Amino acid sequence: MKRLLISAAIAALITAPAFAAEVKIGFVTTLTTGAAVIGKDIQKAVNLAVEQMGGKMGPLDINLIYADDGFKPETGKQATDKLVKQDKVDFVAGYIWSNVLLASRKSVLDAGKFLITANAGPGPIAGKLCNKNLFSSSWQNDETPMAMGEVLNQNGVKSLYIIAPNYAAGKGMVAGVKRTFKGEIKGTDMTTWPTQLDFSAELAKAKASGADGLFVFYPGKAGGAFMKQYQQAGLKDSLPLYTVFTVDALSLPKFQAANFTDVLGSQFTQQWDPTLDNPQNKRFVSEFRAKYGSYPSFYAAQAYDAMFLIRSAVEAVNGDLTNMDGMRTAMESANYPSVRGKYTYGNNHMPIQNYYLRQVVKDSDGNWTTKVVKTVFKNHQDSYAKDCSL
Amino acid sequence: MDYTLLFVQTLNGLQLGLLLFLVASGLTLVFGILNFVNLAHGSIYMIGAFIGASLTLWLGNFLIAVVIALPIIGLVGYAIEKFVARRLYEKDHLDHVLGTFGLILVLDTLAHLIWGPEGISVPLPGWLDGQVELFAGVVVPTYRLLIITAGLSVAGGLVWLVNYTRLGMLIRAGASNRTMVSALGIDIQLLFALVFALGAMLAGLAGMLITPITEASIGMGGQIIITAFVVIIIGGIGSMKGAFIAAILVGMIDTLGRAYLADIFALVMSPSAAETSAPSVSSMLIYILMAAILAVRPQGLFPPKARP
Repeated sequence: MKRLLISAAIAALITAPAFAAEVKIGFVTTLTTGAAVIGKDIQKAVNLAVEQMGGKMGPLDINLIYADDGFKPETGKQATDKLVKQDKVDFVAGYIWSNVLLASRKSVLDAGKFLITANAGPGPIAGKLCNKNLFSSSWQNDETPMAMGEVLNQNGVKSLYIIAPNYAAGKGMVAGVKRTFKGEIKGTDMTTWPTQLDFSAELAKAKASGADGLFVFYPGKAGGAFMKQYQQAGLKDSLPLYTVFTVDALSLPKFQAANFTDVLGSQFTQQWDPTLDNPQNKRFVSEFRAKYGSYPSFYAAQAYDAMFLIRSAVEAVNGDLTNMDGMRTAMESANYPSVRGKYTYGNNHMPIQNYYLRQVVKDSDGNWTTKVVKTVFKNHQDSYAKDCSL
Repeated sequence: MDYTLLFVQTLNGLQLGLLLFLVASGLTLVFGILNFVNLAHGSIYMIGAFIGASLTLWLGNFLIAVVIALPIIGLVGYAIEKFVARRLYEKDHLDHVLGTFGLILVLDTLAHLIWGPEGISVPLPGWLDGQVELFAGVVVPTYRLLIITAGLSVAGGLVWLVNYTRLGMLIRAGASNRTMVSALGIDIQLLFALVFALGAMLAGLAGMLITPITEASIGMGGQIIITAFVVIIIGGIGSMKGAFIAAILVGMIDTLGRAYLADIFALVMSPSAAETSAPSVSSMLIYILMAAILAVRPQGLFPPKARP
């Protein structure tokens, strides 16, 4: 009996490394506070990706660990430290918020791990703070508003008023639209983030400025609040609204439930849309809808891409996670099926990709969703790449 | 100087101040009369918003939903008093803080379980969703005027209740000397429960009124409770008049700060520096005001006359 136990113990010891053949991925997102609605949508997409991969990347089992940033930079950094030091993950992915990413990036990069940002794209990480182990499956913050600035030029908008939250991403969005918009900027209001949800003072100023158009960036629930107050102020005809990251697949069902018809027809720019015609996107959108009953948000699409990007790296080295150079080269080629279609990476590991003008429409079942109106930028690269020494 | 814009911004400040007053008045009642620090007052505001929003979507009419939701949130407040707060009165303030902080976590999670993480948007009836031209060039959203009207009526109602009714007399007496009130044969426990329920209804009403502007969402109470404490500290803890004046003051300073600080800063610094520094400073203004008032009048602007 004793011998049997010993041999069992030895057998367990020998087979233990086989159980350890896994790739550990830490995923930092927002799972508490009102912003959890974004984190939950991201979780759905990531879980769907893992399910479609059969729980494996190459020969390795996927061990996925979610961490909550609590919508705060300091909490996000703590969560990242835990993933890197205690869980000893191979990849850290996620990050919705630019300020959280900026606070957390050093913990991952100093430990020599890969960091995949699936949303946040503050200017510094694309420029001076770029890193050989940092990749983006989304965009650099300035690019989407730059595309919107171009749309404004095309639409003949002569002057613009800007309202955005006062944090890293808000500043990037304002810088972006100012870079491409050729008309006059009548005024810029930066509001306290994330607490300020009443924009009466800013809307009154925007209206009094006499601008042709109003540009705003309000992600998450602030977006819903802004859209309502804009409607209540009755500015639709006198001060047309142009947004980025403000209307999304998470707010549209709520607007529809409240029969908030002013949103129908509104336009915004993005690198992805559920109607983009490629096999990976069709599969993603149809299976996401079948499983969860709603359209995926752009947050979900980017997180889904991040998982496939990581898989392409793990497969390229056949599961040898010590081969960092091999995995990095694989990711630099962006050789995986992205839901936005084929794109490439710049020297700073930011995508060089198309940007589309999207519009809110009803689908064939009457659900509110979006479609592509036109392509604004083809293969667009961010403006910080030249500052990156890679 | 654009005076119509200044007028509109003043109305915006008044509206924000009145919403703050609804929350702060309940807080100051409970703090002043029950001597109870209720951090969970903001969570009651949130629960009120969720109940109002659910009823609005269910009944299809915002105003009817508010009328039905008010007694419900009053009952919620009564229940919280009976099962949680009452056990904490005898303990000191730190226990109040710990207990009600726990209550915040419980109520937030409860709201998460019942309503999910995504929050609820509510539609307004058509006649409230438009704008009113008060006089030439001054157009304001109708709903903002409704908030101002509701806030002023509630303030008027509270003045009447506190100064001209028997309940109000007991409330004032309880605030001054609670032992004497119970010695005179008044059921102090019932009085406290009623005060707590009234405070909950005021906070709930504020939550319901803000929902059509923003939405009912988890954690919305955490943002307003801090400002509400600033208001009652400035106004003098326990004073209804103080809460009213301080709430209007804070609402005005916050709104006008957001509206004009960037322009004022631009006179002495570069426009881009003014753009980014003004919002940081304007969000500090109310705390600067609180610090200044605490330095000059530690008991607040209008402290209640006698406290045991």
